[in-house]
Amino acid sequence: MKPFGYVRAASVEEATEAFAAHPGARYLGGGTNLVDLMKLGVERPAVLVDVSRLPLDTVEELPDGSVRVGAAVRNSDLAAHPLVRDRYPALSQALLAGASGQLRNAATTGGNLLQRTRCPYFQDVSKPCNKREPGSGCGARDGVHRDHAVLGHSESCVATHPSDMAVALAALDARVELYGELGARSVPAAAFHRLPGQHPERDTEIRPGELITSVVLPAATAGLPSAYRKARDRASYAFALASVAVVLRVSDGVVAHAGIAFGALAHRPWRAQRAEEALLGGPATAAAFARAVELELAAAEPLRDNGYKVPLARNIAVDVLTRLASAAAT
Amino acid sequence: MGSDIHDGDTGGERPAPPTGHRSGFEEHRPDTTEHRSATTLRVNGKPHTLVVDHRRALLDVLREDLGLTGAKKGCDHGQCGACTVLLDGRRVNSCLQLAVALDGCEVTTVEGLAGDGEELHPLQRAFLDRDAFQCGYCTPGQICSALGALDEAAAGHPSHVTVPATPSGRPVPLDADEIRERLSGNLCRCGAYPRIVEAVEDVVR
Ligand SMILES: Cc1cc2nc3c(=O)[nH]c(=O)nc-3n(C[C@H](O)[C@H](O)[C@H](O)COP(=O)(O)OP(=O)(O)OC[C@H]3O[C@@H](n4cnc5c(N)ncnc54)[C@H](O)[C@@H]3O)c2cc1C
Ligand code: SF4
Ligand code: FES
Ligand code: FES
Repeated sequence: MKPFGYVRAASVEEATEAFAAHPGARYLGGGTNLVDLMKLGVERPAVLVDVSRLPLDTVEELPDGSVRVGAAVRNSDLAAHPLVRDRYPALSQALLAGASGQLRNAATTGGNLLQRTRCPYFQDVSKPCNKREPGSGCGARDGVHRDHAVLGHSESCVATHPSDMAVALAALDARVELYGELGARSVPAAAFHRLPGQHPERDTEIRPGELITSVVLPAATAGLPSAYRKARDRASYAFALASVAVVLRVSDGVVAHAGIAFGALAHRPWRAQRAEEALLGGPATAAAFARAVELELAAAEPLRDNGYKVPLARNIAVDVLTRLASAAAT
Repeated sequence: MGSDIHDGDTGGERPAPPTGHRSGFEEHRPDTTEHRSATTLRVNGKPHTLVVDHRRALLDVLREDLGLTGAKKGCDHGQCGACTVLLDGRRVNSCLQLAVALDGCEVTTVEGLAGDGEELHPLQRAFLDRDAFQCGYCTPGQICSALGALDEAAAGHPSHVTVPATPSGRPVPLDADEIRERLSGNLCRCGAYPRIVEAVEDVVR
């Protein structure tokens, strides 16, 4: 590992200023992804700006009924928070389906959103990877890609985004709040991560030096029935092969709200807009759910070895939709 | 330990000083041009101020600088749990924690569980009574992790297998399924899992 400088920021302004003042700087959250990648030689920061102790460590209800989660809140605390468990169960479930108890105690909200792909070529500096080294090629496209994308991939990159939390945030219509040299702004969680296109080196819409300050969970989805389901190679402590977060409101047997996002299928949480549109105003039946999900997944373009993801994603999505609908009906 | 300095400077809460005059003493404060900083850790109740290379993980400080070899290095990448310790009372993978970022923190390792006397911690006792290991390499991590998991459940933290309808904010009862799920971050290559679950169940009861 390359030697690096270290500074612990005491305020948001101090953090962004320290970042701007030091070429090659990286923010440090819980370190569970960054330190790992530094050990692998994938990340080689000149300076770490520690943002893990910033006063962004609270979960608070805002006057309009939304809930603001500070970027330094740890994944375990967020999953256990009564406001989250009671109003946004899909978020709590997604967090608890990710990583391990030890990792969730360290991992932060900001760091979770910005964790990098688990593509093995990305993590191995001796292999070609356009995301790590633009122009070097993509080892996975014709190599080992069982875990890779079936939707929205490009010639340049077929990686998936590994976060469970981000999938729930996308389905819940959360927003990501950012602060940078140009001031504060916010981006919908569903549009925060990018598709790879020609620039797989850019995972998200974040600008260089911008800090994630918080995530806002909207009042509109508070208290709606929601759930997260994750399919993986073993029952615990494994990344998703396919996952789905669903937020559903049914009234008089008719779908009044549907927020559906898939995980592990694409370079970003995949908000299933086509399926949502097909469902809105229609009957909340298993047959309607299956038709809508199939419509969405018709766009899938599996690689040589990951075609299994399409029926897997279909089945878990239809199952979660059906369960939420029947729970809402009783 | 040779690399200890007991100068009482906890340094870290302050931002990096602006350029200009710096005394030799301040040299060891977190600073973006330095690659080493003074860090104070309280380990098993005892304060240590060390000058650490920023690259140094807590696990390596514990094992190499402080001679506490209870926490083990399995994977060094957060995947096996052998390095689990309690940081400010919460279980973490010490291989992924940079020591410089932990200034002022309290660390408890397996060596610190028994307290001052010879009496073992009930979890240590239960692991012995149940023969919950074979080679023992994963055991310190399993025990620290179990201790953290018990506290999390008592504080009302749910797990992946907790029924979502369980009321929030109240202690979560632990059955074998809960224990298995909550300890899934600790791998045991000898496959002592059934006995590990039994040992933890003994302490829950
Ligand atoms: C063995 C293992 C298994 C795992 N399994 C899962 C899993 O099943 N599901 C899952 O979702 N995740 C999983 N993870 C990943 C884990 O969730 C992430 O490592 C963690 O969420 C990252 O958070 P952190 O605070 O530690 O980030 P860090 O490692 O500190 O940072 C990650 C990135 O975010 C940047 N950053 C951090 N905070 C901010 C901020 N406030 N503003 C701007 N940039 C910031 C950093 O510069 C860095 O680029 C696993 C990890 C490991 C090691
Ligand atoms: S899929 Fe993306 S991350 Fe993986 S090797 Fe190809 S370019 Fe790199
Ligand atoms: S050595 Fe830290 S998790 Fe394996
Ligand atoms: S007892 Fe040998 S690894 Fe667990």
